[in-house]
Amino acid sequence: MAQRVSGNIFEQQQTNRRNTVLVMAVFIGFVGFLGLGFDVLILGLGQRGSFHLPVATLLAVGFGSMSAFWSLQAGAASVLRSSGAVAVAADDPQYRQLRNVVEEMSVAAGLPVPSVYIIPDPDPNAFATGKDPAHASVAVTQGLVDQLSRDELQAVVAHEMSHVRNEDIRLMTVVAALVGAAMLLSQFGMRSMQFGGAGGGRRSDSSRRSGGGGVIFLVFWLLAMILAPIISRILAMAVSRRREYLADASGAELTRNPGALAAALEKIDAATDPTRSIKQGTAHLCIADPLGAAANDREGWLADLFATHPPIKKRIDALRAMAFQARPDPTALKQPSPGS
Amino acid sequence: MSVFGIFLIVVVILAFWVMLKYNSLVALRNQVENGWRQIDVQLKRRHDLIPNLVATVKGYMEFEQDTLQKVIAARNAAAGAQGVADAAKKEGELSGALSRLFALAENYPTLKANENVKQLQEELSSTENKIGFARQFYNDIATKFNIAQQVFPASIIAGMFGFQPRELFEVTEPGERNVPAVDLSLRK
Repeated sequence: MAQRVSGNIFEQQQTNRRNTVLVMAVFIGFVGFLGLGFDVLILGLGQRGSFHLPVATLLAVGFGSMSAFWSLQAGAASVLRSSGAVAVAADDPQYRQLRNVVEEMSVAAGLPVPSVYIIPDPDPNAFATGKDPAHASVAVTQGLVDQLSRDELQAVVAHEMSHVRNEDIRLMTVVAALVGAAMLLSQFGMRSMQFGGAGGGRRSDSSRRSGGGGVIFLVFWLLAMILAPIISRILAMAVSRRREYLADASGAELTRNPGALAAALEKIDAATDPTRSIKQGTAHLCIADPLGAAANDREGWLADLFATHPPIKKRIDALRAMAFQARPDPTALKQPSPGS
Repeated sequence: MSVFGIFLIVVVILAFWVMLKYNSLVALRNQVENGWRQIDVQLKRRHDLIPNLVATVKGYMEFEQDTLQKVIAARNAAAGAQGVADAAKKEGELSGALSRLFALAENYPTLKANENVKQLQEELSSTENKIGFARQFYNDIATKFNIAQQVFPASIIAGMFGFQPRELFEVTEPGERNVPAVDLSLRK
């Protein structure tokens, strides 16, 4: 069993690395496309007799690359700041148990101990972030610490440590940071549109031939601008659904106690209040959807697009099935199977 | 292309494959070593915590001097153990002595209410857990290492460079399986 799961982990790490590069490339390409639109429509690049450097495109690609780099380097800090997470001191007696549980799970996963953060929010929830396992952070809400038993807390932290081990955190953090950047950009674009529209109109008066192409380009550009937040949102959601099942399973592999995670998810599900501290852009990082969106309860392609998490009931069922299988088998005592 | 050319290409590819396999086996072996040392780190931590615990509970449990003595003796024996088999046996005895102490602590409500004792008990439970998880991690990684060197054709390379399969950590005493006995109600 260990072999199969660790095979999954390796594949997952590969996929995550590839997708991180892909997401960053798509973002840079998208921003560059907007810059090209600016070049063509407003600075008149490609018009008769006006050949100059595509200044806006170059600037946009530069800006996009910087954002992507920033999302990798500072994304975790920004995610933690936006959710109001506070670092837990190493000797804080109040969170001794939380810290111990995190240490236990890092021993079980064979990883360095991540930084521990508390989010002052009464709703139980948790997430992990960071650019790699050596620079990882685990954040849990005050509600989670208050409402869960030690075993349940351990199970939730194990789920988060699995995200760290599978290297989900880098992709999820980069997506969170870039979603924020894309939102800002589209707001900026909306505001500069009036200026862009006026420029386009004046130019199509002076040269009718390129006018048609210009209009098509303008339409594309506007579409891209409007679609930016939607695309980035869908991207963020598609990223998170399947990996939650995997993190549940490999979390249970760390604690060898799938029942505790099932119990924890039940408690998290029963708390109906939304986790207000966690902003929309970071929802996909959490163990359960902080907003309690209705789409999470359904399956199918539409739910795949609009839900950040798989149905919590299905996750609980899967874990309960694991717990049933993990029930001690009397023959296993005589001959302990390696790796179990 | 000449026969010699093809032969040369095959040899280069083979040499490259041997190098890759050898390197991955070495990497795994280092992980296994590290996993083994992690167990020692946690055991050492438990040895360090016990004198503190005994000093704290002494005042409350004056009628249990015998049990406390046994814990200290088991701790000292475990700390001075020589070799893996000896250490495993003595650590097992220490776990037994500790769980007896915690079972007796149930009879002392004032002791259970003491903040210091609660903290220490949380620390000890956590250390017990870490020992368990460190062993679990060692077993997982050692299993991976063993499989990696036993499957064909990597087994040829493992034999060539003298890689040895690692022994897995197994519970020697039946009582050892009952580690959850330490998980008393003092834990949240």
